Amino acid sequence: MEPVVVFVPLDAAARSVGADDVANAIVREAATRRCEVRVVRNGSRGMFWLEPLVEVSTPEGRVAYGPVGAESVGELLDAGILDGAPHRLRLGLTEEISHLKRQTRFTFARVGVNDPLSAADYETTGGLVGLRRALEMTPQEIVTAVTDSGLRGRGGAGFPTGIKWQTVLNTPSELKFIACNADEGDSGTFADRMLMEGDPFLLLEGMAIAGLGVGASEGYIYIRSEYPDAVATMAAAIDIAYLNGWVGSSLLGTDRAFDLHLRVGAGSYICGEETAMLESLEGRRGMVRAKPPLPAIAGLFGKPTVVNNVLSLATVPPVLAQGAEAFRALGVGRSRGTQVFQLAGNIKHGGIVETPFGVTLGKLVEEFGGGTASGRPVRAVQVGGPLGAYLPTSRFDLPMDYEAFAAAGAMVGHGGIVVFDDTVDMSRQARFAMEFCAEESCGKCTPCRVGSVRGVEVIDRIIAGDNRDANLELLEDLCETMVDGSLCAMGGLTPFPVRTALRHFPEDFHHAGAVPL
Amino acid sequence: MVSRTTSCYEPWSQERAAAIVDRHLDERGPLMPILHQLQDVFGHIDPRAVDLVADALNLSKAEVYGVVTFYKDFRSEPPGTSVIQVCRGEACQSMGAERLARHAREHLAVDFGATTCDGAMTLEQVFCLGNCALSPAVLVDGRLKGRIDEARFDELVAEARTRAR
Repeated sequence: MEPVVVFVPLDAAARSVGADDVANAIVREAATRRCEVRVVRNGSRGMFWLEPLVEVSTPEGRVAYGPVGAESVGELLDAGILDGAPHRLRLGLTEEISHLKRQTRFTFARVGVNDPLSAADYETTGGLVGLRRALEMTPQEIVTAVTDSGLRGRGGAGFPTGIKWQTVLNTPSELKFIACNADEGDSGTFADRMLMEGDPFLLLEGMAIAGLGVGASEGYIYIRSEYPDAVATMAAAIDIAYLNGWVGSSLLGTDRAFDLHLRVGAGSYICGEETAMLESLEGRRGMVRAKPPLPAIAGLFGKPTVVNNVLSLATVPPVLAQGAEAFRALGVGRSRGTQVFQLAGNIKHGGIVETPFGVTLGKLVEEFGGGTASGRPVRAVQVGGPLGAYLPTSRFDLPMDYEAFAAAGAMVGHGGIVVFDDTVDMSRQARFAMEFCAEESCGKCTPCRVGSVRGVEVIDRIIAGDNRDANLELLEDLCETMVDGSLCAMGGLTPFPVRTALRHFPEDFHHAGAVPL
Repeated sequence: MVSRTTSCYEPWSQERAAAIVDRHLDERGPLMPILHQLQDVFGHIDPRAVDLVADALNLSKAEVYGVVTFYKDFRSEPPGTSVIQVCRGEACQSMGAERLARHAREHLAVDFGATTCDGAMTLEQVFCLGNCALSPAVLVDGRLKGRIDEARFDELVAEARTRAR
């Protein structure tokens, strides 16, 4: 008899709540019951309140159980889960779980479905179709397809990917690079990590296509050291891709070459800024460069370089496979396609929601997210990472759209949404924004390096009620100096969370007496 | 006082270090991979390594030292047997990370960046481990842990101490 296939995620977040113990328990308990099982470690479906989520292959499809603890594995096997039997943890067919069914998984189509390192699974589920198509196209046709899709940079800035590629294509050079920014340092974001752990070949395929598109023969992936699991998975995926001839001196048996290198960061947030990342790749301190020159013209080692986020590159293969129009048809305004939103913090149903742009902030937090984990009312959400705006629930009508958010004095960024309940003290969050900037500033620009330290001090005085009005004015002046006088988003955007906390939650800056930190 | 346990790292060896540097010399921008591997082997970046790397890469010692000190990961002395990193990012804050951070310092009686006097534990703060839907998160010797409250933190410390023995 064929063994029953049981899926237990190998995603770091699933492992963080005991997925390894569950996988081991299934093997052990099945053996004592003389049941034939084959445990496959897949990526995560991104429904973290259900992790560890165990799926059993049945003739009807994959049946999900969760959250499963190692201690209940014996009981589940006795109940007959290998036949998809009822149990209080049974969630039904995975594909029918409403949280998942309501999503449009375009970039994340395979994440949580496949064994991430199975080359055979990758090919049988549509992998390499985009790359094969790219090999039949001219560089200009590839770049045009990406431009036509409307894909914008998923790292946060939202710059049109095709236009960036066009600049690199148009810049003549013997040597060009693709640099993948996998330094996902923003709190509340984890989509890059999940993709690298759940579908690493997709990123490699996207980079190879980028190489064909712009005429680059080498790619670098810069992953932060805080992601040891993602580093291990990507390293293994690169080895497998070489073994299969998907990359290397002969791309899929053609005369085109594309080599891949994996690099690991060293605990610096600023290296997620593209020019600081290039400095780090070159072996220097992660100091931000002035632009121009754009990295597309003089980037890594001074050569024309595509610097793209993980999700931007990983979205390219399905765009080529399904056609630019399929992607462009989704979304609103100039925000085309889907975005992989990340629901984080104090949220009941935290995880990934991939859906077309245009979904409202409120729908994501309340319908998908189910409100707070604590059960208390939502008070504030921070969208777009530590440099993103704090918004009150009265702005839940905002559609997730780069332009609509910009008009509201906020930013979509990388699509991370951190939820806070009504116990949050927004003056503390404003103080933290400055503290974080002081901790992570590369030090190049004085308004960022010194201003953030002064910002903490001024906010402390405001909280303490010391000459409040004058200090509020001083803080506003300081914010303006940081915005105008910083080269990159670190100093330039830190005032965002500070100002929006002040604007939307002024009462928190006026309470008598400070809570000691 | 118990002597510090750093047995998982090799003692300094000029030949071993030179071999590591050598292995990376044909890479573009080899400094970061070299420093990572030196630290993996020796537990920290020995001052003698700075001289050696500077010579091999034709850089000034100041340039190498500048890189070593810019990045938080690179240590000037070996860590404790276990390293516990507590996330203090916003998502974790929304679930009580500041309380956990305070507890961690009190429980281990060290500040962030320091090692307990028995050499067993190094406590560090970190801003985001990418486990933002299962906050608060910590990383124990490279293993991610989610939904950590004070009691669970103490358990993780006890487990790490047991492993170290």
